[in-house]
Amino acid sequence: MSPRVTLAVARRVLIQLRRDRRTLAMLLVLPCLIMALLWWMFQDKPSFGFGALAPALLALIPFIIMFLVTSVTTLRERTSGTLERLLAMPMGKGDFLLGYALAFGLVAAVQSALAVTLSIWALDLDVHGPVWMLLAVAVVDAVLGSALGLFVSAFARTEFQAVQFTPALVIPQILLCGLFVHRDELPPFLHGVSDVLPLSYAVDAMRKVSGDADPAVWGDLGLVAAFALAALVLGALTLRRQSE
Amino acid sequence: MMKSGVDVSDLRVVRGGAEVLHDLTFSVEPGEVTGLLGPSGCGKTTLMRAIVGVQRISAGRVTVFGEPAGAASLRARIGYVTQAPSVYDDLTVEENLVFFAAVLGVPRDRVDECLRVVALEPERGRVVRALSGGQRSRVSLAVALLGEPALIVLDEPTVGLDPVLRKDLWETFHRLADEGAAVFVSSHVMDEATRCDRLILLREGRIIADDTPPGLLEKTGAEDIETAFLDLVARAAS
Repeated sequence: MSPRVTLAVARRVLIQLRRDRRTLAMLLVLPCLIMALLWWMFQDKPSFGFGALAPALLALIPFIIMFLVTSVTTLRERTSGTLERLLAMPMGKGDFLLGYALAFGLVAAVQSALAVTLSIWALDLDVHGPVWMLLAVAVVDAVLGSALGLFVSAFARTEFQAVQFTPALVIPQILLCGLFVHRDELPPFLHGVSDVLPLSYAVDAMRKVSGDADPAVWGDLGLVAAFALAALVLGALTLRRQSE
Repeated sequence: MMKSGVDVSDLRVVRGGAEVLHDLTFSVEPGEVTGLLGPSGCGKTTLMRAIVGVQRISAGRVTVFGEPAGAASLRARIGYVTQAPSVYDDLTVEENLVFFAAVLGVPRDRVDECLRVVALEPERGRVVRALSGGQRSRVSLAVALLGEPALIVLDEPTVGLDPVLRKDLWETFHRLADEGAAVFVSSHVMDEATRCDRLILLREGRIIADDTPPGLLEKTGAEDIETAFLDLVARAAS
């Protein structure tokens, strides 16, 4: 692995994204619109709602979007032959994976910065902890989404199949992350399941940052990062230089 | 000491349960343009993939410059152009080359040189998606040449090109061979055979001839390579 190659991959992914203006605009604007929609829903119920749900949503959005974007992009890379070409070159698999993680992590940082700024200053979201921590959680979360997306793209032959991994892998995590029913109140088995799902910890971390002036999030954040790392390692295993 | 370019012995490849290459033995020498000719579906691409090291082989041995195909140390020395151009559609010609140059770790001026070789300098700022099919495959070729590879493997590089360009490309292949590279080109167009220094005719996963073009004509008494090919097929059948 070399920083030169990693950065070249990241830079190339960002150039591709910049050229696709519509995708870029959606990446940056949609999270803001969703936060505004959530705020509007609870306008007549100020005591309940937006303040409780917004932190969870700020954790979910980068994860979901980066999962989708990465699974489709890397699938395209697998089917167009560019991945095979890269693997035939002196490029480490880690360079490829980290390059993608870096590029999408950066996009997620900008994306979350916009959504967080809007939520705090325009929509009056109360954040007790440091704002930069919200961003840190969002970025780690986005990297997790990218890493998982990269991994599952190995199991899809078409883009249709790739997008089906969202209901398969993402929606159960949304249901069990504590957004609908507190994780403590889930049936014991499902509570156990939610304990091994990374998104649960991302949402916990977001909640702690927004609710606690001195949040203890490193444990949660560390777990999310460990999941992301594990997904990247699994992703590396799917990048095979030889085919049958 | 300069080892020979590619050595293939008793190569057998099984894909999807069927044997597609049956005990192939041949070599590709540096300084020559070796043509791999045969109808589509005869196993040309599989053979090329085995040499480049991206195809798992079932039996036999493939060595490139004395090392087993696919060895990490070979990666910087092989340029492989797949049939479908494997470049990024949404980048410009130049952005593609600059990216792959960074991956290979070659200086930026190689980008200009390779663009010149494939005659794409005027299109350097255009997005690949907007180019014609022939131009796209030339971008792919330019990427393969970036690292000044000692072995160049080209899978049907001249499909869909106009005759003038085709002639130019063949001249480029010979120039690269003159500079010492081993050039291995596949084609299903028999009239391209005469442009090769050496020919390997492949049919249904078997080599039916391995000779120079004049040698092949002499041996079969045919007037052109296409007739020679048909003649050899008939002989093999009888």
